[in-house]
Amino acid sequence: MSATVNPPVVFTQDELGWVSWIDPLPETELTERHFAGLVDRARAKSEYFRLLVRDPDVLEARTRTDKDIFYNVADGLPRAERELAAAATSRYNGCIYCASVHARFASTYSKRRDDVQRLLDEGVGADLGQRWNAVVKASVALAETPIAFGPDNIQELRQAGLDDAEIVDVINGASFFNWANRLMLSLGEPSK
Amino acid sequence: MSTKDIIDTLAGIEPGSALDAIRARRLQARENAQKSYLALFEPIDASDFSLAERAAVAAFVTGLHGESPVASFYREKLAATTDGAALAEAIQVEIERGQTSGPYGAFPAGPLSIENKAGLIYRVSAERKPGLGARLVAVLEHAHLLVFRPRDAASADMKALLAAGWSASGIVTFSQLVAFLSFQVRVVSGLRTLAAAKA
Repeated sequence: MSATVNPPVVFTQDELGWVSWIDPLPETELTERHFAGLVDRARAKSEYFRLLVRDPDVLEARTRTDKDIFYNVADGLPRAERELAAAATSRYNGCIYCASVHARFASTYSKRRDDVQRLLDEGVGADLGQRWNAVVKASVALAETPIAFGPDNIQELRQAGLDDAEIVDVINGASFFNWANRLMLSLGEPSK
Repeated sequence: MSTKDIIDTLAGIEPGSALDAIRARRLQARENAQKSYLALFEPIDASDFSLAERAAVAAFVTGLHGESPVASFYREKLAATTDGAALAEAIQVEIERGQTSGPYGAFPAGPLSIENKAGLIYRVSAERKPGLGARLVAVLEHAHLLVFRPRDAASADMKALLAAGWSASGIVTFSQLVAFLSFQVRVVSGLRTLAAAKA
């Protein structure tokens, strides 16, 4: 839509913008039903969310699914590793925008910025140590079509110290980004 | 909610099982994955994307992931719609024509170009186009892209959908449906794999 899009050509932890290819709803046209769909009112400032809010019921359910999978840290997998699963999935599917956001979160929560950067620079084959390798490999296997996730992935995650509840967090986090990546990649594009 | 949890059903998770208890720890995610399913398949307003179109796209997308309880669920859902049996047959043939392995596609030109991976650019067969109609042909072709080569998506694809008679809101719901199914089929596969793996 904008003539000034400057698409990134590498994976990065920098903050990127995102520009829609079809018309988002104008902020002035949002009703209470739309705000319910946005969940956070501040999201009305985002072109991406004002586009998705064209179907407010789906957006609301999707947003609440997302928040619980990633932000509910009462138990289960540490936030850093949920973000790692999101970043690895995005790296493998090729979503530069999603990878930038979740690589930043993975760096923030893990304090392992250089390792996260190696995932972006070298790709999903980067050696990040046993535990992270198992999470990345499981995320990649889930991202493949047909799905390649199998008993070997479960075994590797268990050997890396994850219990079944934590493995479900990996499955949920990686699977969710197969949802997110497809929206961000197909409805618009990132811009530096 | 009256409908049984669809992910539990498809993954074979029984009440009181270990995975039932684990899923209960992410109750909001569980309930809202279900609400996503209902919002997509039992919508309040289907005027931009009909129920039959939704069922056809769902059968196609899940079928492209290979045979599974999820694929057979959506195939049956399509067959149960009005005139769905003939449509289900056409979709089944198109699934076979569209089968490949992903993700593949091109990155923005630059250092990542060495990672570009070529693959099938799926188009609906000429003989089935009249029966399916321009709207469905356009979304089946775009659904195949979303399933296997989402990084190939371009603004021209949005223009093609608009030109085939899709509204902006219809495109958003369609995109959510394909993307949601990409999530659902993976959660089900992952949970089934975990349930089958002896501790």
